[in-house]
Amino acid sequence: MYNLIGAGLIVIGAGIGLGQIGGKAMEGIARQPEATGKIQTAMIIIAALLEGLAFGALFLGK
Amino acid sequence: MKVAQNTIKFLLIVSIALFSIASFASDSETKHGKQNDGGRINTKEEVEAYILHHIKDSHDFSLFSYTSDDGERKHVGFPLPVILWSSEGLVSFMSSEFHHNDDGHVLVEKNGLKFAKIHSKIYELDKGASTLSFDETHHATNAHKVLDFSITKSVVGILLIGFLLLFWFSSLAKQYKTKKIPTGFARVLEPLVLYVRDEIARPNIGEKHYRRFTGYLLTVFFFIWVLNLAGLTPLGFNVTGQLAVTGCLAIFTLVIYTVSGNKEYWMHMIWMPGVPVLIRPVLAIIELAGALVIKPFSLLVRLFANISAGHIVVMSLIAIMFTLKESLGVVGATGLSLVLSFFITLIEVLVAFLQAYIFTMLSALFIGMAVAEPEHH
Repeated sequence: MYNLIGAGLIVIGAGIGLGQIGGKAMEGIARQPEATGKIQTAMIIIAALLEGLAFGALFLGK
Repeated sequence: MKVAQNTIKFLLIVSIALFSIASFASDSETKHGKQNDGGRINTKEEVEAYILHHIKDSHDFSLFSYTSDDGERKHVGFPLPVILWSSEGLVSFMSSEFHHNDDGHVLVEKNGLKFAKIHSKIYELDKGASTLSFDETHHATNAHKVLDFSITKSVVGILLIGFLLLFWFSSLAKQYKTKKIPTGFARVLEPLVLYVRDEIARPNIGEKHYRRFTGYLLTVFFFIWVLNLAGLTPLGFNVTGQLAVTGCLAIFTLVIYTVSGNKEYWMHMIWMPGVPVLIRPVLAIIELAGALVIKPFSLLVRLFANISAGHIVVMSLIAIMFTLKESLGVVGATGLSLVLSFFITLIEVLVAFLQAYIFTMLSALFIGMAVAEPEHH
């Protein structure tokens, strides 16, 4: 029961984080379309790091 | 012009084959039945048990199973060799001797020792014991685990993909000796190789050192990607969803960036210049934990969790066929499951590439941090 609540909290946190990353990247691309490639790469790296953290937490809570 | 046409035709055939195979898998895999008693699956619990069984490695390679007209359960697949290091030394036999039993009731006798298989793990019975006995928590009381060097399904997958990659890339390399532009399937591989070199290795590691590490990065990229894609075929590999495999890949990266780290890297890790002396030991602990534990752990868990989660989602959507049969009818449930599993399989094809890319990218980033040249101000 508690680990389900914990999983929900993790997903909420990860969702907020991914939303921030994606949203800011979109803003950045809209401001500077010529930097799209660099922004995308950086975005994917940060998203991957966040995902690793979230999966780690889910994995430990299981 | 003709070559280009052939390449397009080839790609078309491959993509059609891939998707038709994947949707064929929805039919065949779910017929598997629960492995323990070999029966059909109908209830939610049986679906869950079946999915968890699929996620794990197994000692035999079963393609599908069905119930014949006279009510007998037939398994289609092939057995794999079981190689054990027991108390009496090396023992080997074929996994077919377990007769698809997975709860320890079928015993295999070799060299005067008895072996039983429980949940894909092989146990050796203690001396004098004739049957396996369990305690309340369903743990075997008179048996112990043995060192298992078996050629399991995952090992078969790794060997298969390893030889495939060896064949592809050696033929690509050979073509450069005689031609300027590779022909055939090698033409598909060349841009991918260049992509990994120019977009992943070069910008992250730096112009001076990237050549040394490109070989490793190419290997992990194609190894992970092709195995991820193999996991989407009805062969049912889940190699990159095994903790042992992803852990091993993460350890490779860890060893490479630890060994090739230069003086500045270690200096910044152990005795960070430019901060108050009192804070330096605290920073050293954080940096060491980050470099030696957290970085490889995040690589390991990300790949494992993504691929396993993908397999679980695909199979759960396929299982809608059974779980919603009562409320939606046979046609409705099958249609819903077909549509959903088709789209999630398309997403999984994307995830297969993305995870290979992320693993390679982060490996390159970590290596780049370790070999970065200091900037003098």
